[in-house]
Amino acid sequence: MNATANTVTTANVDQGVKARVDNGINLEGILGARQALTDAPAAAQFKWRATCSWVNGTHSRATVQSFFGLGAEQAHKTAFTYDADHPEVFAAEDNGSTPVEYVLVALASCLTAGVASVAQNRSIQLRSVKATVEAGMDLQGILGIDSEVRNGFDGIKVVFDIDADASREDIAALVAQSQKRSAVFDIVTNPTNVAVEVR
Amino acid sequence: MTTRPFGRGRLTGTVDVVVVGAGHSGLAMSRRLSRLAIDHVVLERGEVANSWRYERWDSLRLLTPNWQSRLPDYPYDGADPNGFMTMPEVVDFVAGFARFIAAPVRTGVTVTSVLASDDGYLVETNRGAWRCRAVVLASGAHGMANVPAFAEAVPRSVQTLTAKQYRRPDQLDVRGVLVVGASATGLQLADEIARSGREVTLCVGEHIRMLRTYRGLDIQRWLDALGILDERYDTVDDIVRARRVPSPQLMGTPERKTLDLNALAERGVTLVGRLAGIQDGRAQFSGALANHCAMADLKLGRLLDSIDRWIAEHPDHPVAALAGERPADPAERFAATRVAASPPLTLDFTRGRIGTILWATGFCPDLHWLQVPVFDRKGRLRHDGGVVDAPGLYVLGLNFMRRRKSSFMHGAEDDVRDLGEHLATDLRRGSVRPARLAAG
Repeated sequence: MNATANTVTTANVDQGVKARVDNGINLEGILGARQALTDAPAAAQFKWRATCSWVNGTHSRATVQSFFGLGAEQAHKTAFTYDADHPEVFAAEDNGSTPVEYVLVALASCLTAGVASVAQNRSIQLRSVKATVEAGMDLQGILGIDSEVRNGFDGIKVVFDIDADASREDIAALVAQSQKRSAVFDIVTNPTNVAVEVR
Repeated sequence: MTTRPFGRGRLTGTVDVVVVGAGHSGLAMSRRLSRLAIDHVVLERGEVANSWRYERWDSLRLLTPNWQSRLPDYPYDGADPNGFMTMPEVVDFVAGFARFIAAPVRTGVTVTSVLASDDGYLVETNRGAWRCRAVVLASGAHGMANVPAFAEAVPRSVQTLTAKQYRRPDQLDVRGVLVVGASATGLQLADEIARSGREVTLCVGEHIRMLRTYRGLDIQRWLDALGILDERYDTVDDIVRARRVPSPQLMGTPERKTLDLNALAERGVTLVGRLAGIQDGRAQFSGALANHCAMADLKLGRLLDSIDRWIAEHPDHPVAALAGERPADPAERFAATRVAASPPLTLDFTRGRIGTILWATGFCPDLHWLQVPVFDRKGRLRHDGGVVDAPGLYVLGLNFMRRRKSSFMHGAEDDVRDLGEHLATDLRRGSVRPARLAAG
């Protein structure tokens, strides 16, 4: 039995409040897409892409523009570029964020987008949302000093500061739901097969 | 609809309705059909209450108290309304109901196929075929245990079994056990196996934390009083999701104890995240354990809030006056689920510490014999509150099928009343064209 599912999430919602909440999220658009992709599962198959070119040293420049989805090629309004490099303490030139910092950016921005979307769906007006992310790493891993130390993070901590028209429990539920529905949270918490080839 | 000659097996008989399965659901429908004077037969592959007899672990008791164990015109009348039936007691209860209603059960009859015919269905069995105008699928929601696809990657040194195959701890290797799944099943098995002295690791994904008792009453008393168990499938926001929710972490014991993840951790069970994959002889666990526990804690808090609110709003409700059970106990909130700072993310099966993987990853109905195009792309039966998407075809007992209580024994009564009425209307019309039931 499912005694507690869906019983209380909208307890504090009335239509009057719902109409006034505006977090800049097009909820009708999202819910419409959800219905459309329920009915047409093939259209839900997306491909995300990036290209990355070596510049010099540890400096590289990645570009994101096209992706595939809704059964067709799609494109962002403009091409977005991202410089990545290592910091000076790594004896590099620091022309951009380190790649691992992009992972933190991705996680924080995915969770933050989720908080806004879920808040809109639950009729919670947000005033400010700030995520602070920190991840630990033992460089003895990537430097090959200690084979028992992994290359990646030994853990990630995200702290949200949220000012909103909601109780502490409702805000906690908002953050929990954004994790449940987050692509990047899934990507970092679950294994993914990675195929790397040379053309 | 296709016509098919009666090629296989002899024709045993012709009835209006064939009910497949003589468990509590099929028998409840039989009672309903008898009262509607509809000619029917109940085909049972084994004995009455077969799954309860042979497909449950030894220590299992119902998750619902005895006062809730009732079938149409057949209430519990024993001495312990707050107790929880053992499996032999459930079998006695269901078999007693079958005798009480003089159900037309044919035991030892295994349905091998159900095919559409011009005027209804042909039901083929190991003992001849039946022609009928309508079929009620009452073979249960637990016909097959779910096992993830990556189970194939489990090294041979590790024994695997499902919750349907498990009976008792001494069936298992003495080494450690990985229990996969934290619903009622997974928690009960982890608890029992840990008590047997084996090292237990429990994979915890999304789960429903629950209390056995709250403010002095069994949680089922509150869910019943608040109307939560009567919620209809066509009134919830997302019925697909609601039907997928795992069973709440409940256990029926004479002591009415609450079994939760904190209790298991105190017993020495290691809690890890959802099993995400098996690669190179190692299990990989999700890093989302903390969030899964936080969500379950928040959801329990919301349920308790709604119970407290209801009590405040209904001071004179009879639930408050139940003999021996008084909600006088004050409102209470419970410790958050304790999650280790860094739960293990992998487990190496090649080191010999783990002897068994126990899949407590849910169940699904076994309807492989239903040769009618009524399944969606994920293999789930297409139905509208038990009215299957083919004329004259009905199903019973599935999770949140028509009401939240549909999968409970006491949930059968309302469902067979609704579906029996629908079926009778179909037969009276002379056609078995599906029509949507009115809400209410």
